[in-house]
Amino acid sequence: MAPGAAPPVLDGAVHSWDTSIGVDGPGTRFVVFLAGCPLRCRYCHSPDTWYGRSGRRRTVDEMVATIARYRRFVQVAGGGVTVSGGEPLLQPRFTGELLRRCHALGLHTALDTSGFLGDRADDALLDATDLVLLDVKAGRPETYRRVTGTGRLAPTLRFARRLADRGTPMWIRYVLVPGLTDAVDEVARVADVAAGLTGVARVEVLPFHRLGAHKYAELGLAFPLADTAPPDPELLARVRGQFVERGLTVT
Amino acid sequence: MNGNQRTVDPWRDFRDGPWRETIDVADFVHRNHEPYLGDASFLTGPTERTLAVWDRLRALFPEERRRGVYDIDAATPSTITAHAPGYVDRERELIVGLQTDAPLRRAIMPAGGLRMVETALRAYGREPDRRVHEIFTRYRRTHNDAVFDAYPEDVLAARRSHIVTGLPDAYGRGRIIGDYRRVALYGVDRLIEERRAHKAALDGRRSTDDVIRDREELAEQIRALGELKEMAAGYGFDISRPAATGQQAIQWLYFGYLAATKEQNGAAMSLGRTAGFVDVYLRRDIVEGRLDETGAQELVDDFVIKLRIIRFLRTPEYDQLFSGDPTWVTESLGGMGADGRPLVTRTTFRYLQTLYNLGPAPEPNLTVLWSPRLPDGFKRFCAQVSLDTSAIQYENDELIRPAYDDDTAIACCVSAMRVGRDMQFFGARVNLAKALLYAINGGRDELTGEQVAPPTPPVGGETLDHDEVLAAYDRTLDWLAQTYVDALNVIHHQHDRYAYERLEMALHDHPVRRFMATGVAGLSVAVDSLSAIRYGRVKVLRDETGLAVDYAVEGEFPTYGNDDDRADEIAVWLVETFAAKLRRQRAYRDAELTMSVLTITSNVVYGRHTGNTPDGRRAGEPFAPGANPMNGRDTHGLVAAALSVAKLPYDAARDGISLTGTVTPDGLGHTREERITNLAGVLDGYADAGGFHLNVNVLDRATLLDAMAHPERYPQLTVRVSGYAVNFVRLTPEQQRDVVSRTFHGSL
Repeated sequence: MAPGAAPPVLDGAVHSWDTSIGVDGPGTRFVVFLAGCPLRCRYCHSPDTWYGRSGRRRTVDEMVATIARYRRFVQVAGGGVTVSGGEPLLQPRFTGELLRRCHALGLHTALDTSGFLGDRADDALLDATDLVLLDVKAGRPETYRRVTGTGRLAPTLRFARRLADRGTPMWIRYVLVPGLTDAVDEVARVADVAAGLTGVARVEVLPFHRLGAHKYAELGLAFPLADTAPPDPELLARVRGQFVERGLTVT
Repeated sequence: MNGNQRTVDPWRDFRDGPWRETIDVADFVHRNHEPYLGDASFLTGPTERTLAVWDRLRALFPEERRRGVYDIDAATPSTITAHAPGYVDRERELIVGLQTDAPLRRAIMPAGGLRMVETALRAYGREPDRRVHEIFTRYRRTHNDAVFDAYPEDVLAARRSHIVTGLPDAYGRGRIIGDYRRVALYGVDRLIEERRAHKAALDGRRSTDDVIRDREELAEQIRALGELKEMAAGYGFDISRPAATGQQAIQWLYFGYLAATKEQNGAAMSLGRTAGFVDVYLRRDIVEGRLDETGAQELVDDFVIKLRIIRFLRTPEYDQLFSGDPTWVTESLGGMGADGRPLVTRTTFRYLQTLYNLGPAPEPNLTVLWSPRLPDGFKRFCAQVSLDTSAIQYENDELIRPAYDDDTAIACCVSAMRVGRDMQFFGARVNLAKALLYAINGGRDELTGEQVAPPTPPVGGETLDHDEVLAAYDRTLDWLAQTYVDALNVIHHQHDRYAYERLEMALHDHPVRRFMATGVAGLSVAVDSLSAIRYGRVKVLRDETGLAVDYAVEGEFPTYGNDDDRADEIAVWLVETFAAKLRRQRAYRDAELTMSVLTITSNVVYGRHTGNTPDGRRAGEPFAPGANPMNGRDTHGLVAAALSVAKLPYDAARDGISLTGTVTPDGLGHTREERITNLAGVLDGYADAGGFHLNVNVLDRATLLDAMAHPERYPQLTVRVSGYAVNFVRLTPEQQRDVVSRTFHGSL
């Protein structure tokens, strides 16, 4: 090929990759964690993915080559690929191309996002996405701001409606933090949103945990919720119940 | 028992085939088994009778756990007929027979080694019997004595320094599976008749060493079969004829197994592949109206109760090495038939159901031969049982069947053999990590400084040179292979002479195919060390005698267990290289050399005896079990680790490759149904990728920590470690910490 004729190499900041089972979409998943996130959620368990510079530059080709090794396994095991973060839509071109290439391999694809940057996802990206794991962090704008520090609720809701209109399946995720996101009214608003959308296949209520605390220590950062206890089973049951009442499938 | 049954044709309604004319249980199973394609909904819970029998035993377990043993008959060297019949609950038991005259009373088997017996007796506060001592020192030699008479000096040195270890030179070798089904299908008289014919056929041959040995062994086998009949008669059963009902089939089969455990204190006393066979009888009983589902499950439950109380007298050191009190009563379940029909029956489900009816337990060691082609209902039930009990292990039927056949069973943890057609000379394992240190140190032991391997120039310089280390390692492995097989040849020659498995071998074809099953430990440590030397910079720290005692690693290096070919190729190279070196050795009785990558729980003890390694592991730190990546170094999850392990070629390690994975329930999905689906999916994926063996633990770290603090709350907590399930609360604190520190593949 003549010099200059090669297409520009598309690369992105990749924090790490992992394989997981049943927690990042259906079945066994190859999960790519991209580096960089515009939000600073108080409960974030991966502060090591906040900055693009904390990732390594990887080309789409490199990642696809790695994923291809797992293709058969995840397919046989009923899974696929999940692009997560950080916030994958902070790098929409890289994410879009990665999803497209995985889709072309016949893999089930999932996008794990807050939706805050949903406007950056073009239709081609969403065409290559079989499932969006949409992290709706709060039901009220002021709570959203308190949780994320930097974000606004409206873009996520806009993105959710767009997905519903397109017919893209969604799993709505809600991180339950005692004292922060557990108010009955807060949860009710999220449940109302979820119930009003077509294409919500399930709601995942994720109990807050402190397993990421050590990462804050390693980074020399204070963990804002160091003293917050995980929700007790009763609280978890109540919140899940609020979603179930709206006729939603909850896990 | 029932006089009427004497007139009943025991083979009524069975489909004919060559099995009628020749001893061929596999053919019988093929022609008569009926695959069950449904789910677990037909299963029944325990009856009051079952629970009453089990409770009677359970009441004895706390005392046994506290004292280490419940009771010992120290005065009666065990034989098939040495002990009077024993019962757990004579009124209620459906399947009878104990190793001695009372439950949990352990027998002594001095023919394997008197020292082991006497050390164990003293450890448990009992005085060795003087008459037994006199017999086995003055009149009768033991296997243990005979081995040490014949060991050459370099084997003794290698053994002392723990580079070759766990050898069955002080007790029974085990890992031989008699085809106990033959007792039920043919009755003992027919089996004796067949042995006589084999022996007569040898009369025409010249009396060379081999022929003399074969004749003597056949004579011993015939004698053992006679004793088996006598033992059964003591319980009121005439097993000279074939079994005529399901209850009889289980009883006959169990008598065969029981007799083997009366005669041999084998390291692993595995059962074989019995469920599909038993199912033929239970199904016929149900058709004949003799039995309903509850009754069928009761028989299986009662049988499994008996298998759970198989006991051997061993030293506390032995138990420490292997964690608890293992017997490896391995039963192989499921798998596919060569004709493409699954070998899953309702009785396969019933065996697994015992883990609910009687609660989880490490024994019998229930082993599922997994294929992605197995019926969905069975796959889901297996996954469910794993989730609920962590008590079953999986081996890849798609590797085993082509390499052996579809009537193959696992002995111990991962050792496949065609039932009744193959046997093996169990060879424990060598320490590949220590061997690397010997290579660097010119054959000197890194802990003692002793010259164990022949002196070679130590690897010099401040920084280890990869090519130089590899050349030295190659020489060390040559020496190790030779010394190791030398040791095994001595052991098995003497075991055949002094502690021959008369009954188990009577239940094999003649002639039998023999394997010599070697093994390796410390694979991941050796591989990561070589990777560090190759991809990083490893500086050597030497003591005043020049012995390399520690290493400083600079730079990053790929580690085994992350599906990184750079590291995984080293693992493949090491497995293939050492296997090839072993195969070049001449084995006793021309056995085929095979190799396993398996440690069970001895990875802890191997680690304790191994110095600092170039991968950064500290001296004394446990190795990873089996073929596992080193604890904490697999950073891309269970699937990546599994794919690394799956690269190890089964052809080079035909005695099995073991991987233990622990996942938290949350790490498999949110709901029970999802977790079942996902675990079955992972098993499909791993089998499809060519992985051989997978132990699955579904446990929370918190549960284990709580069990360490409050063992009394977890009497039945079972965890799987490298091919074997153990009762967690019976592990030493060191082993418990090792299990807890193993990578938990839970997602955050």
